[in-house]
Amino acid sequence: MNWTAIKAIYVFEMARFFRTFLQSLISPVISTSLYFVVFGAAIGSRIDQVDGVSYGAFIVPGLVMLTVMTQSISNASFGIYFPKFIGTIYELLSAPISFLEIVLGYVGAAATKAMFIGVIILITSFFFVNIQIVHPIAMVLFLVLTCISFSLFGFIIGIWAKNFEQLQLVPLLIVTPLVFLGGSFYSISMLPPVWQTISMFNPVVYLISGFRWAFFGLEDVPVATSLLAIGFFTALCLGAVYWIFKTGWRIRT
Amino acid sequence: MANILEIKDLRKSYDGGFEALKGVNLEIEEGEIIALLGPNGAGKTTLISTICGITSVTSGDVKVAGNCIKDDFRAARSLIGLVPQEVALEPFEKVINTVRFSRGLFGKSRDEAAIEHILRRLSLWDKRDNAVKELSGGMKRRVLIAKALAHEPRVLFLDEPTAGVDVELRKDMWDIVADLKADGVTIILTTHYIEEAEAIADRVGIIAKGELLLVEEKDKLMERMGKKELEVQLTDPLDTIPKLLAKYELAQTHDKTSVIYTYDTRGERTGITQLLNDIAAAGLFLRDVSTRQSSLEDIFVTLVQEDAA
Repeated sequence: MNWTAIKAIYVFEMARFFRTFLQSLISPVISTSLYFVVFGAAIGSRIDQVDGVSYGAFIVPGLVMLTVMTQSISNASFGIYFPKFIGTIYELLSAPISFLEIVLGYVGAAATKAMFIGVIILITSFFFVNIQIVHPIAMVLFLVLTCISFSLFGFIIGIWAKNFEQLQLVPLLIVTPLVFLGGSFYSISMLPPVWQTISMFNPVVYLISGFRWAFFGLEDVPVATSLLAIGFFTALCLGAVYWIFKTGWRIRT
Repeated sequence: MANILEIKDLRKSYDGGFEALKGVNLEIEEGEIIALLGPNGAGKTTLISTICGITSVTSGDVKVAGNCIKDDFRAARSLIGLVPQEVALEPFEKVINTVRFSRGLFGKSRDEAAIEHILRRLSLWDKRDNAVKELSGGMKRRVLIAKALAHEPRVLFLDEPTAGVDVELRKDMWDIVADLKADGVTIILTTHYIEEAEAIADRVGIIAKGELLLVEEKDKLMERMGKKELEVQLTDPLDTIPKLLAKYELAQTHDKTSVIYTYDTRGERTGITQLLNDIAAAGLFLRDVSTRQSSLEDIFVTLVQEDAA
């Protein structure tokens, strides 16, 4: 294992993040604040409580997840797509490194950035609502696993994409709807039975439910199922990455 | 000297069935400069890309200092530096950081002295803190070379290093290459500037349609393939070539004041004495006589045309 190379990729990718540090920091803070104003204060004031938790606090795990998932995907997909687009991928391919090292470097950096922003949002939310985290270790575990699995997913999208439109396509058409319909802003139990059943096919439901359980001890699905779901998703992404690695799909002609 | 690069029956076919390399064999000694010449689409870049790991090998074998590029790819690639044809650089990053990145990517620990040495050698030290996008085209090419040298490779591939650069920069590049050769770095460069191969290469390989038509020491090649031209300037313009001189297949200059005789330096008799006698016999008077050695370009064009025929 070429650890020096992994570190080189990681440091180089993080440098991109820190070059635009203020943007990276301010935009999630502003968008989160807007969500709190709209959902927490304006709409939330008309909703009393969800399962004994004030609505403003209830949406915090969903908000964090929403941002972490989209950030992981966009960071990782852009991170590997950009070298393909500008041609610097030649260097990765001609270096004495295996695909595993490339994945570790890029996915590691993307997950770190997403994690960083997730934590910032969490901190921001403390200014708006009063929350306590019941299972802090589980909370961190869910956060880390989500960052890693969605960064892997983003990496696959970045390898797959042939242009910037495709790069945006999956996050916009699939991930954002799934996250919004995955119970970010409501409990699945608030839906009519039919929609509750349909929601069970949405993988994001399991992630948000598990994450919310770590905060409040509330769950739409059992927490073990949540862990299983995220484990399954990670395995699926790892499998796809391994296949890309074996075949050189869309990287090595 | 030992071979640093051994290419055996290297083939590369693309999915569409196009065969870009049709069994290339080549051995390169440590420390030499070899220039690969060929028209566009001949397979020069494919050959380099395949050796460096950018495209996969269809069949055949390549060894770098005895390390197979498939089985021992880490050992093989860590010896190779690649300067690609297209300028591909991270635009927003500082020059020094992109060079540090390249060094790390090849598994070498951080060494600021080595980085400084490389940047100074390429006259980039003053620009080290500039973002890459602020540099001129020529400077960007230097950054590409600096990146390729960052891990101190023993073999350097330069894919058309002087395509589209001005004359001054081209000369600079040649100096850099000569400098690297002095350090014992083996250099394989592709070019379609024949003067470039003539100026810096020890050996010349000619590629066309995925095949290596010929590899030979530059001097020998020019000697072997070299034709010489004898230009005989006459005192008066010549409207038609006299019958007596027909057997020499003379060409005429545009103003018809000179005739040009092409002869083979390898021949036992060049026919020059006879020609000059016959010119005198035809009643023509000489003003001046000069000879010219054909260039690598002429040889190249002849070879590629022969192959196409």
